[in-house]
Amino acid sequence: MSIDLSQFFEVFFEESFEGLDAMEAELLNLVPGEEDLETINTIFRAAHSIKGGSGTFGFNSVSDFTHVLETLLDQIREGKRELTTEHVDLLLKSVDCLRALLSALQSEQEPDLEEANALRLKFEAILGLGQSEHDNPNSECADEQQAEVNTYQIDFKPYHHLFKTGNEPLYMISELAELGELETHVSHNEIPDITDLTADDCFLSWRFFLNTEKEERVIREIFEWVEDDCDLTITLCGGLFSEDDTAQGAEENNPDSKIEPASSAPINTQEVKKAVVSKAPPPATESTSIRVGIDKVDSLINMVGELVITQAMLTQLGEQEITEATIASLQEGLAQLAHNTRDLQENVMRIRMLPISFVFSRFPRLVRDISQKLNKQVELKLLGEQTELDKTVMEKISDPMVHLVRNSLDHGLETVDQRLAVGKDPVGIVTLNAFHQGGNIVIEIMDDGQGLNTTKIKEKAIANGLIALGDELSDDEINELIFMPGFSTADAVSDISGRGVGMDVVRRNIQSLNGSVEVSSATGIGSTFTIRLPLTLAILDGQLVKVAKHTYIIPLISIVESLQIDITKVSRVGKDLDVLRLRDEYIPILRLYNIFNHQGAIETLDKTLLVVVESDNQKIGLLVDDLLSQQQVVIKSLEANYQKVDGVSGATILGDGRVSLIIDISGLIKLSGLRKPGSQELIIESQANLEAS
Amino acid sequence: MKRILAVDDSASMRQMVGFTLKKAGFDVTEAKDGSEALSIAKQQGFDAVISDVNMPIMDGITLIRELRTLPNYKFTPLLMLTTESGMDKKVEGKAAGATGWIVKPFNPEQLLAVIKKVIR
Amino acid sequence: MISGQSELDNKIMLEQAKGVKQFLTFIMADEEYGVDILTVQEIRSWEEITVLPNAPDYVKGVINLRGTIVPILDLRLRFGLPSIEYGPLTVVIVVKVNFEQGSKIMGVVVDAVSDVYSIAEEDAKTVPNFTDSDNSEFVAGLVNVGEKMVALLDLKKTMKIKCTH
Repeated sequence: MSIDLSQFFEVFFEESFEGLDAMEAELLNLVPGEEDLETINTIFRAAHSIKGGSGTFGFNSVSDFTHVLETLLDQIREGKRELTTEHVDLLLKSVDCLRALLSALQSEQEPDLEEANALRLKFEAILGLGQSEHDNPNSECADEQQAEVNTYQIDFKPYHHLFKTGNEPLYMISELAELGELETHVSHNEIPDITDLTADDCFLSWRFFLNTEKEERVIREIFEWVEDDCDLTITLCGGLFSEDDTAQGAEENNPDSKIEPASSAPINTQEVKKAVVSKAPPPATESTSIRVGIDKVDSLINMVGELVITQAMLTQLGEQEITEATIASLQEGLAQLAHNTRDLQENVMRIRMLPISFVFSRFPRLVRDISQKLNKQVELKLLGEQTELDKTVMEKISDPMVHLVRNSLDHGLETVDQRLAVGKDPVGIVTLNAFHQGGNIVIEIMDDGQGLNTTKIKEKAIANGLIALGDELSDDEINELIFMPGFSTADAVSDISGRGVGMDVVRRNIQSLNGSVEVSSATGIGSTFTIRLPLTLAILDGQLVKVAKHTYIIPLISIVESLQIDITKVSRVGKDLDVLRLRDEYIPILRLYNIFNHQGAIETLDKTLLVVVESDNQKIGLLVDDLLSQQQVVIKSLEANYQKVDGVSGATILGDGRVSLIIDISGLIKLSGLRKPGSQELIIESQANLEAS
Repeated sequence: MKRILAVDDSASMRQMVGFTLKKAGFDVTEAKDGSEALSIAKQQGFDAVISDVNMPIMDGITLIRELRTLPNYKFTPLLMLTTESGMDKKVEGKAAGATGWIVKPFNPEQLLAVIKKVIR
Repeated sequence: MISGQSELDNKIMLEQAKGVKQFLTFIMADEEYGVDILTVQEIRSWEEITVLPNAPDYVKGVINLRGTIVPILDLRLRFGLPSIEYGPLTVVIVVKVNFEQGSKIMGVVVDAVSDVYSIAEEDAKTVPNFTDSDNSEFVAGLVNVGEKMVALLDLKKTMKIKCTH
């Protein structure tokens, strides 16, 4: 039976890369001297699996290299060796090296072994190994040249408990028979009286005479598993029937004898590899496949099942005579169909959605490496790792994020001395945060560093001719300048962030995904880069509302409650802002018709409805004429053929074919001027609290 | 048809073992760790179990020890997949009740040859 | 399928080779304007539209064009001409405009569609600077067709929407 191993390659590569990611993540968590066993075990298992798989599938360069890694990890795991920072560094480098080796193999290229060999020498130095140690034991082939036929006497006396090990003497005997000509003598002297006989035990013993050209070692291997469960003696004797031609004749006549017993077969992985490569499928294309959790697939199958049932029901109804009753059931059936379709659509979309942890996971390593290089102390915080976004968006957002994080580490965070001098904790904090907002995913990259240096930015912009000397610019406008093409404040192009790629490229890349990037900064406190990306293909649960004659959609997720306004609880703040006192909170009332400039809406507060929404931890009330239905909507981009509309995150097409706009709450707050630029606090809060006191 | 339970945390190894055994005419059930294997083994009967040693949640040695205590698995061949460096593991496995072992790396032909030692 | 369609294609290709382009013309306030026929996606009748908040007045809103959201501009308002009530003859010409950032599908409301002309590029005259309106920036060239004068539109400039903030 021949099995084409190459069919398992893709799975092997995929899980190996995952294993390497896991190794890397765990390695970064390791603090030498405080390591816990489970972490070491996880790392060991990952290395072990890669080694096992690569050996099995014929990737010897990988298995040889992983062998030294595994040996070191095993010693640490067994407590035979102390973990040091040097080990961690070396292991991290090995992770990179293995990634490169596996990538090369995946794309069917010859891997570059220089790095692997250099690293292996380092491991061997630590392990105190000579060259011979890493010789693959598999390369020791049974010497098949030897054709001399010998006769062995084999005495095999199993202990009583042999069956309880799961071994079966019968199969061993037939295996022996495959090695050559076998003569079998059974001894049943040991069988006790029927009264003492226990069915579970083995009371038989055997003497064999085997005429074979195999070595004694091969015979011993048959009994390898029961070595400690029997008395076994093998002696070479003159031969009872040692005529050479007998054995050879047997060999020729009996094709079965060509089946080599397991443990003696030479594992010529080199050959396996060659055979496999020649048959290999077309080059692996990485991002054309997606791994989907079995639960997602199961739920899809369930839904298709429901759909089929509904469809069957409708077909049946269609065949009946149409009466009032059938119309009612028909309507019911159609409602069910709509429900099924929506669920199915939603779940199909979810298949493409992956948690952003796939992107976040590369940052611990990045931050570790860069902070070492820069000699800064940095703590990386990851928030909202389970936030899902479309796979294609994910693949494209990674590079811009890397750039922004490098930038924060390089330019944002101060050195330990600088931080101590201004009374900050010596350890700087970089936070990555992801969350959904309307139809967007928002990714924030925050640092608690020195903030953007507006003076320096302005000087630079003037020097580069981006602005004129006399231009009056607000701080926000100055910060915006860093996204201009050809802008860079680093005095010398640094290795970390100045790789010839500017913020303008970051912005352009994000914009090409229909997203946006903004920066807010406070001197001495830190800066925050906010990336907003549409969840392409995303579906949103929406509340349809009426404003004058227009229908808008408010994302259901941001709605806290909808209520009729108790006019006695409304007070006017400042010039023209109404505030509703709702339990213990003050809710500013935003008149949507005002913000969107629509005529003909109801303006009296007690005849309208207030939809209380929450965004960025702030609650505001949106004044609408009426609440319509709730439904799931497919988000469509306005920017594809038009441009960004403030206060609107996108559009959708309603059941009747009309276009309806989806409200972007945080954009709306900005548009209404409720929030001071660069501040998180609503203007209203301070004022309202003042009045309350 | 003889039934085999194949346990490995590595999907590629599991697939390879599963595929090879299925092609050889066995009915194969796969499990991704010892704990999953144990609960499957308690619900269904198997003619043999092949398990990796190093696995998360429950390792192969523990699985074998647990299985051997079950009346249905008193005589069942329990094989472990181990690496050449794991001599200690072989001894530990034997003590836990393992029938034998298959040394990694192995190819499908070797796997079948080893399986033949315990079930036919 | 070796019929009219490919003959027409051949004709267009032949004329292009000679520097001749076909233009779709439409009427607006008694003037005739032309756009390169290759940019025209389709001609639709006026339909109910979804208003975009805070958009310039000449942006009427967006429609659903088989699942994509397409903005509609009123060319009269864009040119600063007095607007008229939309009627059954009011049409929307859907064009593909190639901006620097990529192409966009957009619609323009015009009074009525007129004709298709083949016009050689060398026949197009540049717009004299002394026209009384500031709409000359939208016009790529002027051309005489028989008695009439047709203004060829520069779509890129015409369809560019200024931000309102």
